[in-house]
Amino acid sequence: MTTVNDNSSEYITNSSSSSSAGLKSLITVIILICVCISGFISRLFSIIRFESVIHEFDPWFNYRSTVYMTDNGFYNFLNWFDDLAWYPLGRIVGGTVFPGLMVTSGAIHWFFHMINIPIHIREICVFLAPIFSGLTALATYLLTKELWSKRAGLFAAAFIAIAPGYSSRSVAGSYDNEAIAIFALIFTYYLWIRSIKTGSIFWSSCTALSYFYMVSAWGGYVFIINLIPVHVGFLLLLGRYSLRLYVSYSIFYILGLILSMQIPFVGFQPVRTSEHMIAAGIFILLQAYTFFDYLYNKLRYVRNIETIFFNLSVIISIIVFAIVVLLTYTGYIAPWSGRFYSLWDTSYAAKHIPIIISVSEHQPTTWTSFFFDLHLLICLYPVGAWFCVKDLNDERVFILLYAVFASYFAGVMIRLMLTLTPCVCILAAIALSKTLDYYADAESSEMVSNFDDSVSICDETENDENNQDLDNNAENIDETDDDDQNFLTSNIKIIVVTCIAMMLLLFIVHCTWITATAYSSPSIVLVSYNSDGTRAIVDDYREAYYWLRQNTPEKARIMSWWDYGYQIAGMSNRTVLVDNNTWNNSHIALVGKAMASNETEAYKIMTMLDVDYILVIFGGVIGFSGDDINKFLWMVRIAEGEHPKDIKEKNYFNENKEYRVDKSGSPILFNCLMYKLCYYRFGELYTDSAQPSGFDRTRSVEIGHKNFDLEHVEEAYTSANWIVRIYRVKKLSNRFQAKDALEKSTSSLSEESFEKNHRKGVILNKPHVKKGTKKSIHRT
Amino acid sequence: MSQLGQVVGILRKLNEEYQISTPKKLKLIDAYLVYVLLTGIIQFAYCLLVGTFPFNSFLSGFISTVGCFILAASLRIQLNKANQSTFNVTPERAFADFVFAHIILHLVVMNFIG
Repeated sequence: MTTVNDNSSEYITNSSSSSSAGLKSLITVIILICVCISGFISRLFSIIRFESVIHEFDPWFNYRSTVYMTDNGFYNFLNWFDDLAWYPLGRIVGGTVFPGLMVTSGAIHWFFHMINIPIHIREICVFLAPIFSGLTALATYLLTKELWSKRAGLFAAAFIAIAPGYSSRSVAGSYDNEAIAIFALIFTYYLWIRSIKTGSIFWSSCTALSYFYMVSAWGGYVFIINLIPVHVGFLLLLGRYSLRLYVSYSIFYILGLILSMQIPFVGFQPVRTSEHMIAAGIFILLQAYTFFDYLYNKLRYVRNIETIFFNLSVIISIIVFAIVVLLTYTGYIAPWSGRFYSLWDTSYAAKHIPIIISVSEHQPTTWTSFFFDLHLLICLYPVGAWFCVKDLNDERVFILLYAVFASYFAGVMIRLMLTLTPCVCILAAIALSKTLDYYADAESSEMVSNFDDSVSICDETENDENNQDLDNNAENIDETDDDDQNFLTSNIKIIVVTCIAMMLLLFIVHCTWITATAYSSPSIVLVSYNSDGTRAIVDDYREAYYWLRQNTPEKARIMSWWDYGYQIAGMSNRTVLVDNNTWNNSHIALVGKAMASNETEAYKIMTMLDVDYILVIFGGVIGFSGDDINKFLWMVRIAEGEHPKDIKEKNYFNENKEYRVDKSGSPILFNCLMYKLCYYRFGELYTDSAQPSGFDRTRSVEIGHKNFDLEHVEEAYTSANWIVRIYRVKKLSNRFQAKDALEKSTSSLSEESFEKNHRKGVILNKPHVKKGTKKSIHRT
Repeated sequence: MSQLGQVVGILRKLNEEYQISTPKKLKLIDAYLVYVLLTGIIQFAYCLLVGTFPFNSFLSGFISTVGCFILAASLRIQLNKANQSTFNVTPERAFADFVFAHIILHLVVMNFIG
């Protein structure tokens, strides 16, 4: 009976395997197309609600650079010196930017114009991220196919297409490096796994080329160049060394090294900084290990050869490590830079580099944001990791290492949730796929189960023979499962499959809702909803920036906090003092000191820096909480870091050590430039009929210092909802305090007024008058 | 001293076995490997003597030698019949991959050498 069944099942396998293979590939293609389309569409919420506009802050600089590149050509872009930013220092853009994003948009723009489709560069920039999200889904499918199976690959592609952790940084309009970098990351990892499995020189070179694209796209390439050597190191430790490993890593490292140094911003860092030393160390170790392995194969007969080679390997790794430490100590190799060191020692940035810790994206992650961004996947993620541990092979070691490191980094900094998301999608897909492999197999008859077994075995032998132990395991498990399958009837399996399907539906609803409400705001246009559901659009930012563009001289210099620098340069086309690049902490501290000092001191700094206009953001009229008064303490802290004698943070708190703007606030706070600029004429405004005048709706208090005048600046423009306030810096008056001298001279003649007049003095370098001597003055 | 004699004996045996067992093709690649290694050592010694300016030219030349060494070693590994089980590649495909990687390597080296 068994023989007959085997023959008939083989017959079924042979005749229908070709059509079933065709059907499977058709379903795969259809599913992947649907995944790409759904990923694209779910990112279009802000385009539909508002218009196709670049969001946030950083994308404005990328957009401006892309426009410059399409207008002036690639070589002029690489050599561009931007004099509109960081007045009076300027910025060497070609050497301080990752050009991959601009080059990608520029290439697409050039291609479209070559085939005579005149599409504007802004449309390409806005829609680049959704298109690349579809490509990311494809790359995730390929990676998971190499790790597990095609079925898990389809799940992984579907998950990453809509997961909020990824779509938060790749909505339409978010024209930032992460839009293409995540695609490059996953594609490089896919090529790396492929080259480990085949050991082919071609795949290793392709990995190096993809790594080059990643280096040109994002500063997070450091993650790749550290994770892959750690993977190689772990494989050596686990005794999984093979010649394929040697070929793939050596070629990837050497080609990747020289390719990565072609980007001007990276320069010589790959041979000079600690972040790249792990890769170099593993490279040398691997060469030594291979050499010893070759000798070992020749010298098997010599006794104790294993211990000799093991000791030699250990000695060589210790020597290499000692050389690296020595070079770091003597300064040839730069130590870990602040941005990466603060991932290890999280309190470092708070103490030494306040500007890193002030960025909202660099704050530690709360546990709720894991669920917020990943929903069901974060629950399935450890299950998938456990399945990989149970059936371990070379590539699953990689995904486990990726999971461990990405989990740690995502816990440290909320911005790095983005690098965790692909890993979570892959492992959750593996868990779900393995579960459904068992439970979705609703017909438990022997013939069909043999057919399914042979189909799944055919699937896995598409990879090379090194999975043979896995296939044997699969066959063994399926043979014992045949007995287990008799315990669970198809009814129970259908119930389980239905529950899983319902959970996945909830996942989709959650992802879409999160993307629509939380991550689709362009930040440049704010919206609020009235009680009857109609929208009230707050377009103050663009209104004010365009006022600047049309009403100020072309060479005017604008002082504002660094958050708005890119937007001002992009939309108003005016020179700014500091912008989001934050490469010069002292310059930012100067601006912070100007904002935090009283008007006279600030005026000195502003004349030194040739400031013409000041721009502040004030949210008190409509209750906008991202304004400069809420950011003010960061300005004070950064200024205190550079000028500790002049600015002290504790001066800006009231007696109860609180930061308040109402009557209890500190007088130094009331006199500083930022307070005055934000609340000028605010004391006359009634924001709420139930409250007194000057009621700040963001802080929910009535302000303490109203009805003051400005001495050295005058108001130039305030936007419709008072969000953006622009002030003009008055030039030096012709006669210093001439008005006061005239007033005082008409006052009554008395000893005190005499002394006061003489003490004030309107003549510079006037010889000192001894007290008590009378001077005759003509009085008119 | 006996250990030194032992090591010398092992080396001589190694040399004999190498001469007998390796085919001509692989010996050719081994000779090329030795040549590239010598070139790399000479470049590095020159850099130590004269200094690293211009650094990009030194790096470009040195990485070129290391790259040629690695690629030739990988080709040798893939052509060695003893490793047929780990690699799934015909000798012609191995050589074609070798040429592809070399094209990439030399394009970048030419760009970087300044």
